[in-house]
Amino acid sequence: MAMKPVTTENIATPTTGSTVAHNSAPVTLTKKEMERYNRHLIMPEVGMEGQLKLKRAKVLCVGTGGLGAPLGLYLAAAGVGTIGLVDFDKVDDSNLQRQILFSTQDVGRPKIEAAADRLRGLNPEIQIDTFDTHLSSENALDILKDYDIVVDGTDNFPTRYLVNDACVLLKKPNVYGSIYRFEGQVTILGFPEGPCYRCLYPEPPPPGLVPSCAEGGVLGVLPGIVGCIQAVETLKLIIGKGESLVGRLLLFDALAMRFRELKLRKNPDCPACGTHPTITKLLDYAEFCGVRGEAAAAPQTSLPEITPRELKARLDRGDDLFILDVREPHEYQICNLGGHLIPVGDLPKRATELDSSREIVAHCRSGKRSAEALEFLQRAGFRKVLNLKGGILAWSDEVDSSVPKY
Amino acid sequence: MAVKVMIPTPLRAYADKQESVEVNAGTAGEALKGLTDKHPDLKKHLYADDGKLRSFVNVYVNDEDIRYAQKDQTPVRDGDTVSIVPSIAGGRSN
Repeated sequence: MAMKPVTTENIATPTTGSTVAHNSAPVTLTKKEMERYNRHLIMPEVGMEGQLKLKRAKVLCVGTGGLGAPLGLYLAAAGVGTIGLVDFDKVDDSNLQRQILFSTQDVGRPKIEAAADRLRGLNPEIQIDTFDTHLSSENALDILKDYDIVVDGTDNFPTRYLVNDACVLLKKPNVYGSIYRFEGQVTILGFPEGPCYRCLYPEPPPPGLVPSCAEGGVLGVLPGIVGCIQAVETLKLIIGKGESLVGRLLLFDALAMRFRELKLRKNPDCPACGTHPTITKLLDYAEFCGVRGEAAAAPQTSLPEITPRELKARLDRGDDLFILDVREPHEYQICNLGGHLIPVGDLPKRATELDSSREIVAHCRSGKRSAEALEFLQRAGFRKVLNLKGGILAWSDEVDSSVPKY
Repeated sequence: MAVKVMIPTPLRAYADKQESVEVNAGTAGEALKGLTDKHPDLKKHLYADDGKLRSFVNVYVNDEDIRYAQKDQTPVRDGDTVSIVPSIAGGRSN
């Protein structure tokens, strides 16, 4: 299904009367701005008309991390007149590998504060709005309503569904990007004629079944590429040029260095944007994503656990415990507790290496994969199994701070 | 018909780390069966207990979503690519 090129008329939002007045106010470029945006102005696809559209545009970036960093930088550099930033987090050492908005000296600062400083430094001609908060069902509509376009750079399913539903309710385009290890997905959701996130994926995966970036890692430059594609699509929506990604899911594999494209269709039965929508207000998204997760992961809740301190005490006492590390070999190289390494995916084939008469303490990084491993072992007839609560991260916090956290 | 089934990164841990497998199949459903026969651990990640594809996993024959074609019965031809595309959420990763 070929989508029409999107024009700025499409992004005018009927529900935000107050911003229409703002957006249609006469806007001109100062001499300084003309010099700054020279390379846009001399290009017919942007020109003065496009640059003024950029200046009038209001874009909300949800998340200022891996995706939000290049996105914010390029939108600010391009002269998007108002950029909103939503984040609640503080800059952490482990962010610097990919979140290029931040410098080493920003570690410990609130992200939006550091991000706003950086963007204002890059372009003092534009307005930066900051929202130092978790986007939630209570505040989302209020925060989103004043913007023309929302760009989703978040890292978790509850917020993805929240941003989606809020955009559908407010009829705002949602420039969507998502990453995992070295793969990315980009598309534009939320247009009345195009699909929304729920058309693609009616429900989130149960927690634990699909590893998060924090569990699975991410190649630092990957969010840079995906965030830049989101930036291009956002700028195209604003200036009304080219062919947008509405109705197309762009897949990027950095390892194979290959882009692929899949067709996305609007689901007429979609509960959010279908012909008879049942989602007419925002939900409790933690519950929406967690309830199904609990149902699927119910056996995990009955898993016997051991805390790092208890484990340390028992090891010191000389108890005969078999430590099973279910992480991947490259994680074992970062740090380990001297356990026997069987990655969780290999466990079904290698369970014979384990002695069911001994007491087994399984651990991973945070406790999720080891819970999955123990569930498998219990089904396989192992009875004396314990899950190290909080994994090697908790061990580092509670027992041995020399163990690096990753 | 020889078709290529693309395995997404999050599921490769359950498929001997392979990015794709070649299977013989006449439909998308048969192609997935060929895949899970080779890699049984993938089953619980692709299918719910009722045997239906999980709602966070989409399957495409070339660039078409089988939900809008003939679902499991969507025909595949020699040289077609069957892609499994799960939802991923990463972005503002901590």
